[in-house]
Amino acid sequence: MNFLYAAYAATWIIHITYLGTLVRRYQRLSHEIEELKKK
Amino acid sequence: MKMKRVFPILGLLTAVLLSYALYEALVAAPTEQTMGDVQRIFYYHVPSAWTAFLLFFINFVCSIQYLVRPNPVADKVANWTVIAIGIGACIAAFVIRPLPEGIEPSSVATTGLAIAGFYFLIKKCFSQPRTDALAVVTAEVGVVFCTVVLVTGPLWARPVWGIWWTWDVRLTSTLVLWLIYISYLMLRRFSTSGQTPVLAAALAVFGALDVPLVYFSIWIFRTQHPQPVIGGGGSIDPRMLHVLLINWLAFLCFAVLVCWSRYRLEILQREVEETQALEALLEPRSSR
Repeated sequence: MNFLYAAYAATWIIHITYLGTLVRRYQRLSHEIEELKKK
Repeated sequence: MKMKRVFPILGLLTAVLLSYALYEALVAAPTEQTMGDVQRIFYYHVPSAWTAFLLFFINFVCSIQYLVRPNPVADKVANWTVIAIGIGACIAAFVIRPLPEGIEPSSVATTGLAIAGFYFLIKKCFSQPRTDALAVVTAEVGVVFCTVVLVTGPLWARPVWGIWWTWDVRLTSTLVLWLIYISYLMLRRFSTSGQTPVLAAALAVFGALDVPLVYFSIWIFRTQHPQPVIGGGGSIDPRMLHVLLINWLAFLCFAVLVCWSRYRLEILQREVEETQALEALLEPRSSR
């Protein structure tokens, strides 16, 4: 049973970590766009 | 603007579908007699593998199109090859007898037509530079799903086989597939050459050749990995099949949404890079 929960938890940890990197990249890009608009 | 309103609704629907699929996998699906509850890992492992294969296939189609579309002759050859694959698969389905065990004529015809359909759909919906963007996106999301496969597999193997890993053809070829696409992403990330998209597309075309090897390895070779449960002479309880397909549908919807977000990010990123490059070109003149 522990292996089952570990597998399901690992799946969602991997997906959520990837989504986190996407959010961080979006934020960095928004910052770059703001800087370009200021110029 | 319209997309901005649709996205949260689709996100919510996908979240509901994923929750329902999770309930089905953990509660509603019958318990397997020999393995017990640990068999339920199958409902995440297999749909993740199928989704990764589909994404790598789209990456392959995009890479081919990125390479052939600037050359009209190569483009024409590719178009006719794809049409031939579609027609050939339909003919082969009804002419070749006997087909290998577990392969239905309808599945051969459907696969051929799906390949042709995907090819022309991507061609119609995406311009040549955009196929490159879609290739990056599908490779990246495909690697995420392949990582899930490589993590959940050993978590199933440890209690069932008594070992975490074995160098069997299916497992090794999956690891090689993952490494090929990791190298593809590293190439895209760190190469500064103007030829990077072409090199990456060529790598992706060769990398995709590993996908059929992974998929058919358990049909061709004697492996420790369980035999196919759908086709290939395998069988599965209809209730288990139902749960498996629901989980695959949920993961497919999730993958589409993630790809959609990542694609928007990629396009935006490219536009910003173009603007920055233009600014850098104009700056010395304006400062004079």
